[in-house]
Formats: sequence, C-alpha cells, structure tokens
Amino acid sequence: MAEYMILIFDDEATWAAAAQDEFDRMLTAHNRFAEQVVELGGKIVSGHALQPSPTATSIRGDVVTDGPFAETKEALGGYYLVEAEDLDKALAIGKLVPVLNGGVEVRPIMVF
Amino acid sequence: MPEPQGAADEVRSAVADAHRREWAFVLAATVRVAGDLDLAEECVQDAYLAALDAWTRQGVPNSPGAWLTTTARRRALDLYRRQQALRNKLPLLVEPEPSHGALDDELDSEFVGRFGDGGAIPDDRLRLVFTCCHPALGVEAQIALTLRLVCGLTTRQIADAFLVSEATMAARVTRAKKKIAAARIPYRVPETNELPDRLRAVLSVVHLVYTTGHTDPTGAELMQRELAQRAIDLARMLLKLMPDEREVRGLLALLLLTDAREKARTDAAGRLVLLEDQDRTLWNQEQIKEGSFLVTEALRGGQPGRYALQAAIAALHSEAPTYSGTDWPQIVRLYDVLMCVWPSSVVALNRAAACAMADGPEAGLAEIAELERHLDDKRDTSLAGYRYLPAAKADLLRRLGRRDEAAQAYQEALALTEGAVEREFILRRLAGLG
Repeated sequence: MAEYMILIFDDEATWAAAAQDEFDRMLTAHNRFAEQVVELGGKIVSGHALQPSPTATSIRGDVVTDGPFAETKEALGGYYLVEAEDLDKALAIGKLVPVLNGGVEVRPIMVF
Repeated sequence: MPEPQGAADEVRSAVADAHRREWAFVLAATVRVAGDLDLAEECVQDAYLAALDAWTRQGVPNSPGAWLTTTARRRALDLYRRQQALRNKLPLLVEPEPSHGALDDELDSEFVGRFGDGGAIPDDRLRLVFTCCHPALGVEAQIALTLRLVCGLTTRQIADAFLVSEATMAARVTRAKKKIAAARIPYRVPETNELPDRLRAVLSVVHLVYTTGHTDPTGAELMQRELAQRAIDLARMLLKLMPDEREVRGLLALLLLTDAREKARTDAAGRLVLLEDQDRTLWNQEQIKEGSFLVTEALRGGQPGRYALQAAIAALHSEAPTYSGTDWPQIVRLYDVLMCVWPSSVVALNRAAACAMADGPEAGLAEIAELERHLDDKRDTSLAGYRYLPAAKADLLRRLGRRDEAAQAYQEALALTEGAVEREFILRRLAGLG
C-alpha cells in the first residue's frame, strides 16, 4: 500500500452563499465518499475541512503576512497537521518547518 | 422634570470626554468578560448610552471610567449567560480563561464601591492593542481595528479618513474580526521573546495613523487632523503602559516634534510651505519642549532605534534658528546611524537632501543619482513611483539654476502626486522657474 494526499479545491464564494440544504447535501456526499473509499479497498487516514482562505497566514523566512501563500513558482510540497494552543504557537511552529526556497501557509482547521 | 440646559450639556460633555479618554480601557476590560469582540463593543456602546441617562439623574461619578467598565462588563456577563447556547462557536481566545463565578464576585465587589483607585479592574489595553496589530492581519486591517477598537472611532469616521466607502471599511473590519476568532489570535501581550517584533508592528500602525492624518494625500482635512491627534494619544497611552520601551518614547517624541510644525506647514490659503520657508514663530514650543525632552531619554542607553533617531533629527530642526542655521553635518551623521538600524531608500533620499544642505546641492544630486541607478538596474525598486524622489531632485536642480532639468523633474513629481496641496506647490515651483 502507498499513501496519497488528496487536496480539495473549491469555489469559496459558492460555499459562502450555499444554503443549509446544500451544505447538508455536501456533508452526506462526504459520508458517502468515506464508504466508497472502503469499497475500493482504500482507507481514509485523516481528513479535514479548512477555514476559508482569508483566515490563512503565510510565512516566508521570518516574515508573517495575512492571507494564503501566493504561489508563483512554488508548488504544494507537503503538509503537517499540528495541534497548537493558538495562532502565535502555530506560527512559531510554522517558522520551524524546513523549506529550501519557499514558505508555509498556516490555516485553521474547521471545527463542526 | 426636564433638566436645566447647563446640566445636560455638562453630562454630554462628560460622556464625550469619557469616550475619548476611557474607551480603550472600558472595551479592553469588557472583552475579557464577553470573550467576543463584537459582543464587547456592543456592551460598551450600551454603557455609554446608559451613562447619558444615569449621570443626568445621579450626577457624573468620580471615576467615569470605572462606572462605564462595570456597567459594560455586567451587561456582557448577562448576555454571555443568556446567549451561551446560541453563541458563536469561535469565541475570542482570552488568556487566562476567566472563571465566570469569580468574575461575578469581582463585579459585585466593584459595584459596592472600589471605584476610586481603579485598582480592581485589570488594565487590558495592551492586550487589545497587540491583538489589533497582530502581524497575521493585513496592515490596513490592523489600522482599521486599532482606530475602531482602541480609539473608539466609528466605521464611518475611519472610512472617511481613508477615503473608502463605509461598506468597504465595515467589510474590512468584519473580515479581520473573523480571522481573529477563526485562527485563534490570542488576546494577550506577547511573550518577551516575541515582544520586539510585535511592538515594532504596533508602533508602525501608530505611525501610519499619524502620517495618514499628516500628509493629507487627497485633502479630507478635518478627519485627518483628528487622526494625527489620535496617533499622539495612542503613543502617549503606549508610553504610559510600557514606560521602559525606548522606541515608544522615540515615537511619541517624533510625533510631537513633527506635529509641532503643523500650523506652519500651510499658509492662510492652505498652500504647502516647506520647512525652509516656514514661519518658525508658529511652531508649538510646548510640544517641541516635550518632544526634545523625550528624545534625550529615548537616545540614552545603547543603540537607539529608528523612531528615536528620526525624532533626534526632528529635534535638531526644531532647535535651529533658521533653515540655513541648522546643524546639517549633525543631521547627516544621524541619517548615517539611521541607515544602519533601518536601511531603506526613503532614508537614503532624506540623507541626500541633508547632504545637499551640508555640502552643497551637487553633493545631494550625486547621492540621488546613485539611488536612481539602483532603481534603473532594479537593485532596489522601493523608490519606484515615490513622488519625493523627483521632487527632491527638482529642488536641487532649481537651486543650481539648471532650469530645464528642474522643470522635467517637477513634471515627473507632479505626475505621481495626488494631493491637492502638494500639486499646487509643485505647480507654483514650475511657474517660478520661468
């Protein structure tokens, strides 16, 4: 077996405008997805929804900026899911992540 | 029975005064109880409304701030209890978490009269300031939040000052508050190891509030004058709360010394008057005295910071009898030190202007040419589109009588300048070239 990370990209404006029933429909679909993964002989190791991109904070070197990582030539290269007391601690951890020539984005996980 | 007019006016002015002086204290102390910025703001606004009525009936209390804080925190506690089930799932991260039972006792004992010394209510203003100026928020959001939450300005006032619509400003504030809650930006004063960086962000916000009010980029004068005053108030508050931070002292000194020249910066017709042509008798000597005293303290003890050095330069100008009688060699030396602690092309440009005064316009032009070369070969593009670069160059060329080149540089500066006052100045200079 090998492990794969599946990244979900979606239109935040559509999500923000979604009515409750549409939201519920998506939740049901994600539950169905979990069953389908098992049917295909796979396994979900972990999965989360993220808070919308305006809650993101980016770090390049020691510089902290508001907003998601604006990738120009960099591509998503990996991830850590960490537990931290607050954003200050999460940013301190983020600054420790070894990068050659890029940076990291710290985004809170959605809690339902 | 209606109150006599005089009494009503007295109460209104007491409430207005308390709004100006105590807003930050009252809100900061209420946030801790409410655990939510919006809820806290609402409760504080209610407390100010309640004060109008209560103070009319019972007289203005000895400590209006304590009265307002207690009233706002009580209301927050009531609402907190009532709405607990309905509350936002993402409350503000308040550290340390207050025990609401203990808080209730604290509030009760406050009510039976521990008003006088104010010692019963924690001063949370620094928490509020550091939360508003958190680097994970965009700079514009930091400024907006500081003006709204620390200074108590309305969204409308802030929108007017920054020349955006009220809706745009409201969205900016809402988005910032959402991020604070969702990303869990803590409501606390940073730890010692983070403090220098975080304080730099706070001071930069206060400075930006001042410069927005000072430079009058497009001419909404009244609100911008208000901003300059608010920035000075903020710097004073920070110095009171952090008396050992030399850069806070340096910033307050810089703002006071710059602001001391405000009356002389424009003439009766509202036209810009350069430092060189200013009527020095219009300068506010009281502010200069206070600023100069603060500079001396801010420079003491180790490498001075950016604001202390800028303030020292401003102090030298303030103490000079005339423009030509200014200690220019000393100003150049201070710019050299400033370049070490805060290397930037804007500082280099100012240094070039000082060199021109110390060693003649040719020396200044040589420095400016160097900056232009860095700009052309893209080694440093930070001065691209910076209107004071061609303006400074034009001024030196004018002094040397190189009219055509001066005119060309003034035209470049004009193309980059939006503010009516500065545009008028450049046009006058152009006309003067003949």
